[in-house]
Amino acid sequence: MVIKTEGLSFTFGKQQVVKSLALQVPEGSIYGFLGPNGAGKTTTIKLLLNLLKPDAGNIHIFEQDIKTNRINILSQIGSLIEQPALYQHLTGKENLLNRALLLQVPAKRVEDMLDLVQLTNAANKKAGQYSLGMKQRLGIALALLADPKLLILDEPTNGLDPNGIIEIRELLKKLVAQHGKTVFISSHLLGEIERMATHVGIINNGAMLFQGSIADLQAISKPLVRVESENTVDAANLLRRNHFNVTDVTDEHLLVPYISKQQMGEINALLNQNGQTVYSISKQQKDLEKLFLDITQRA
Amino acid sequence: MKGFILSFRSEFYKSRKTLGFWASVILPLLIGVLLFAGFYTKSEKLLSLPPMMLWLQFAGAILAVMGSLILPIYIIFIAYSVNSIEHRADTWKTLFNLPIPRWSVYAAKFFYAVFLVFICLALFVLFTIGFGNLLSIVKPELRFDNFHMEKELAQIYFKLFLSSLGILSIQFLLSLFWADFLKPMGIGFICTIAGVVAATKGWEYSYLFPYAHPMAAISSMLKNNHGDPSNPLQIDVFTKDVFVSMAVALVVFIAGYFIVQRKSVK
Repeated sequence: MVIKTEGLSFTFGKQQVVKSLALQVPEGSIYGFLGPNGAGKTTTIKLLLNLLKPDAGNIHIFEQDIKTNRINILSQIGSLIEQPALYQHLTGKENLLNRALLLQVPAKRVEDMLDLVQLTNAANKKAGQYSLGMKQRLGIALALLADPKLLILDEPTNGLDPNGIIEIRELLKKLVAQHGKTVFISSHLLGEIERMATHVGIINNGAMLFQGSIADLQAISKPLVRVESENTVDAANLLRRNHFNVTDVTDEHLLVPYISKQQMGEINALLNQNGQTVYSISKQQKDLEKLFLDITQRA
Repeated sequence: MKGFILSFRSEFYKSRKTLGFWASVILPLLIGVLLFAGFYTKSEKLLSLPPMMLWLQFAGAILAVMGSLILPIYIIFIAYSVNSIEHRADTWKTLFNLPIPRWSVYAAKFFYAVFLVFICLALFVLFTIGFGNLLSIVKPELRFDNFHMEKELAQIYFKLFLSSLGILSIQFLLSLFWADFLKPMGIGFICTIAGVVAATKGWEYSYLFPYAHPMAAISSMLKNNHGDPSNPLQIDVFTKDVFVSMAVALVVFIAGYFIVQRKSVK
């Protein structure tokens, strides 16, 4: 395990923000750390980086205790916490050069990083004038600068446009597949994590609700077929008579667990042949709230 | 030690384009230029002065406001500026997750502030001597070249430097904790006024109060040499207020380290 915590707890004032957390992040994984805003994700990350001191519990990174091997562990981690921390009065390149100085990384690496996150053209512009997406990319470049074995990224796609999100996703996948890195990435968007993670941990109110491989998660988070039709109640009855499992009916839509594309076609054909006008039929992911509900109901 | 040097170099790299850094150069230069201009335009009134008095007038014009005003305010500003760089960029978290010991990061920042104060005061010496000699070239009738007080000036400013360490350490810690300028500035300002009052009114325990030290440094600088006319300018660098200042700096610096060590980065 690259990251392993036991009974990790942290309290802000009277509020317990992290409750006895047991993280298990295997080597070479992209670990998606999922939870709604305020679930305790950033606090957990700060605990992992030794920025906060836990009230109880242990943190082992690279099989070493963070309390006794802080410097050695931190030298192998690249991180991006909340919004990227940039010196606004320095250019993008100077921000990287400053960190390269501190980490004793050759200046050549700065050029490579600028190239990697496509900021070469904006290298000599002040970081304060960067757009949110550019700042985020510079933050990722800063995290990657020392070529760390473990990347800890806190909502790294915040503020990025769809293209930017895809680029970051592909970059992270490449780092894991080709360079053997491990990525720990937090997000409040299930869809985003599902597209790249190999392992998932779901946290709510500071407690772990689910931890396992992405396949385990998909077993819980089955997608649904959403049908909008003229009369959803009649349509639902029709589908039920034909042995479809209708899980939810409202005035606007009905939901059937997704099995395959063929199944969607069959639903459509059945409704049409029986005089039900179908306005739309689509595959829909469960949102995080529903998933939480499912997980907590199972437990 | 390596971590300290790396952090110190980084402090310079980060601040070299900020007012915090350039203030240390501009402040002595500006005051030197103003003084030069003043003496240049009013030179006819100063013709009668003997060279030693001329130098004392010239250097004294700065020193008169140095202890009470310039130095304390400058220190408040410097202590704020080296810390505000991190507050504004929200970079404390990145500083403290560097693979560098926390004490190195903390000590490098503190000593960089000390370094800036040192540079500033050293430039005051340099510009005072430089502009004085320049006056003797452009206005040869002012006999600046007939007296030398380089050593004494260096001693006075070194004394001022030592006497400023106490305030610097306190202001540094205040600015480390509070992101906004008003709190450390307000506290520093009130304490400076209290210090000046205490020092000028001759309160017997004013030597124990760091904010009175620059003022005390000026008033206690002349050695009582029982009227020895051969050397009237003997500077007493290590007076008790200077020792108190250094002791305060040492204690606050070490205490600050333990506070930073335990501090959580929110």
